[in-house]
Amino acid sequence: MEDRKLKGNVKAKESWEKECYRPSLSQSPERLSRFSTVSDLEIDKLYSPEDFGRLDFMRDIGFPSQYPYTRGVQASMYRGRLWTMRMFSGFGSAEDTNRRYKYLLSQGQTGLSVAFHYPTLMGYDSDSPRSKGEVGQCGVAIDTLKDMEILFDGIPLEKVTTSMTINPPAAILLAMYIAVAEKQGVSKEEIGGTIQNDMLKEFIAQKTFMLPPRPSVRLIVDTVEFCTREVPKWNTISISGYHIREAGSTAVQELAFTLADGIGYVQACIERGLKVDDFAGRLSFFFNSHIDFFEEIAKYRAARRIWAKIMRERFKAQNPRSWMLRFHTQTAGCSLTAQQPYNNVIRTTMEALAAVLGGTQSLHTNSLDEVYAVPTEMAATIALRTQQVIAEETGVTNTIDPLGGSYFVEALTNKMEEEALKYINKIDELGGIVRAIELGYPQQEIANAAYAYQKQVERKEKIVVGVNKYQVDEEKPLEYLKIDPEVEEKQIGRLKEVKRTRNNARVQACLAELKRASKGSDNLMPNILAAVKEYASLQEICDVFREVFGTYRDPGMF
Amino acid sequence: MERKIRILIAKPGLDGHDRGAKVVARALRDAGFEVVYTGLHQTPEQIVSAAIQEDVDAVGLSLLSGAHRVLFPTVVELLRKQQSGDILVFGGGVIPRDDIAWLKEQGIQAVFTPGASTEDIIDWVKSNIRPKS
Repeated sequence: MEDRKLKGNVKAKESWEKECYRPSLSQSPERLSRFSTVSDLEIDKLYSPEDFGRLDFMRDIGFPSQYPYTRGVQASMYRGRLWTMRMFSGFGSAEDTNRRYKYLLSQGQTGLSVAFHYPTLMGYDSDSPRSKGEVGQCGVAIDTLKDMEILFDGIPLEKVTTSMTINPPAAILLAMYIAVAEKQGVSKEEIGGTIQNDMLKEFIAQKTFMLPPRPSVRLIVDTVEFCTREVPKWNTISISGYHIREAGSTAVQELAFTLADGIGYVQACIERGLKVDDFAGRLSFFFNSHIDFFEEIAKYRAARRIWAKIMRERFKAQNPRSWMLRFHTQTAGCSLTAQQPYNNVIRTTMEALAAVLGGTQSLHTNSLDEVYAVPTEMAATIALRTQQVIAEETGVTNTIDPLGGSYFVEALTNKMEEEALKYINKIDELGGIVRAIELGYPQQEIANAAYAYQKQVERKEKIVVGVNKYQVDEEKPLEYLKIDPEVEEKQIGRLKEVKRTRNNARVQACLAELKRASKGSDNLMPNILAAVKEYASLQEICDVFREVFGTYRDPGMF
Repeated sequence: MERKIRILIAKPGLDGHDRGAKVVARALRDAGFEVVYTGLHQTPEQIVSAAIQEDVDAVGLSLLSGAHRVLFPTVVELLRKQQSGDILVFGGGVIPRDDIAWLKEQGIQAVFTPGASTEDIIDWVKSNIRPKS
């Protein structure tokens, strides 16, 4: 903006403030002493053109599918293709979950997303003593390829893409998925999907870890290398901020730590000898959509812009596909309340809308009852319909990046970028993200932010409807899903049967070969595939890794 | 001088959700109690061993994975078996209301569900936990 015009605007704003705004305060004083986002970022009363600062339209905003992608990564965005409606789902046995997947697909969801139970997430079988009480509770029980076959029974893997939320054993679940597809006559060149496969954020936030950081990264690079060559449509990592946010971080921290993790993975793959343009296009991201509407929209737009710059300038990627940040979003679980749970439908709606206005490629909407349990069919349906109403009725998909050019949104996008870069630079100074994790830096930042927020809620500086304002005396009990107590026993029985009927000599041979290869530097995917096809169990394979690489113990800082 | 109340905050089972446990641990420490946090992925045996070793007055269990009906009573039982039934056990996390009465019958003294404030927990500890003499 020309200096003269800018100065004129600033003067006009100052006189508006003096002559209109301040006098109005005697009638209606400001409701709060400070207006801030849920992350405590202070927000001004009004944004106008001079808040764009040094913004250059072509350089900083531009057009969708053109560097730096502020307005979106696809040229036509939702006019050409809606985001994938991909509901995270899983509970009980593979049969239970297969039923739910078929139901959700019949109701219009356009992609699958697998939630595994805790034993699978942590690399244990359902019959491990550590699994007592946990089987089928938080997700579907998967112990061997047999369970995966049942999970996807009747679901055409050449037509549906699947995201799997799985971290330490991600390579194993990918191998199982490849094996199931092959049995359906679908080659690994045809299958599409994602494995979360992001161990750095496990140490930082989600805490499903098994091996120490460096061997964990080795396994991840193995999967990236393997998929780059042999599973070309697969998103190899879902570099995640969702969990970082759920653990209590601010929006800026979520953005910064996620991108810092991304930098770490790109670096690790380059160190392996991979060419950045060979793998970067298949890295994907996963963000939270929390309750502060505009902060989230600005966050997504800033994320695309920052990543594009990092990939082009820092890593010298040449292929535009390597510069594009594609992401999945999940609405914020931690924003939902146990009190008056029907209010959660409203929260999820606002959060879903923010993700859409932010240009997400894929979206999961939480169910109203997820504060209590895994969703009922009814609650999951409302959550899916939320996306469908936004897509079909609200008109927000008629135009690309509808909020582009908003004084507030562009100023906030700039702010998010500026603040995130401070953290990214700090992590670089510490020696990179793995070093920062070893030092406990992101973990402590998150714990501090979580504690500060809790105190703000208790002091009513941050309002949560139904919790510290508009409470009811008597909460109506909510019907929620209870996992069949026989699931654990049945699953243990199935595992026993698989172990009895498989070729145990072949399994032992595969595990021995895997152990040998693990000690070296071979890519482990072929060995994992071989073991999985012989019905080696998840824990049998993970135990080999534990033996070779050691296990990680939570440092227990607070 | 009376010794300070010592509390162990523990995460039993495979559940990795530690935001709440850490906030509670910190709040209790700021309120003047001595707090030890076990970190994640503790078996009931490990929790009981830590409780006895650290000579605590109470154990707070945090769980969000649905395994509370198995893991919480096991901690109580193991403490009693080791002549440490005087160490009181309380809990919190994602615990359905329907399970709270049953958990109390199994010896869990109090359950703090979502929406409970750190002040609630601090007050409860002050009113119900006595430091060992």
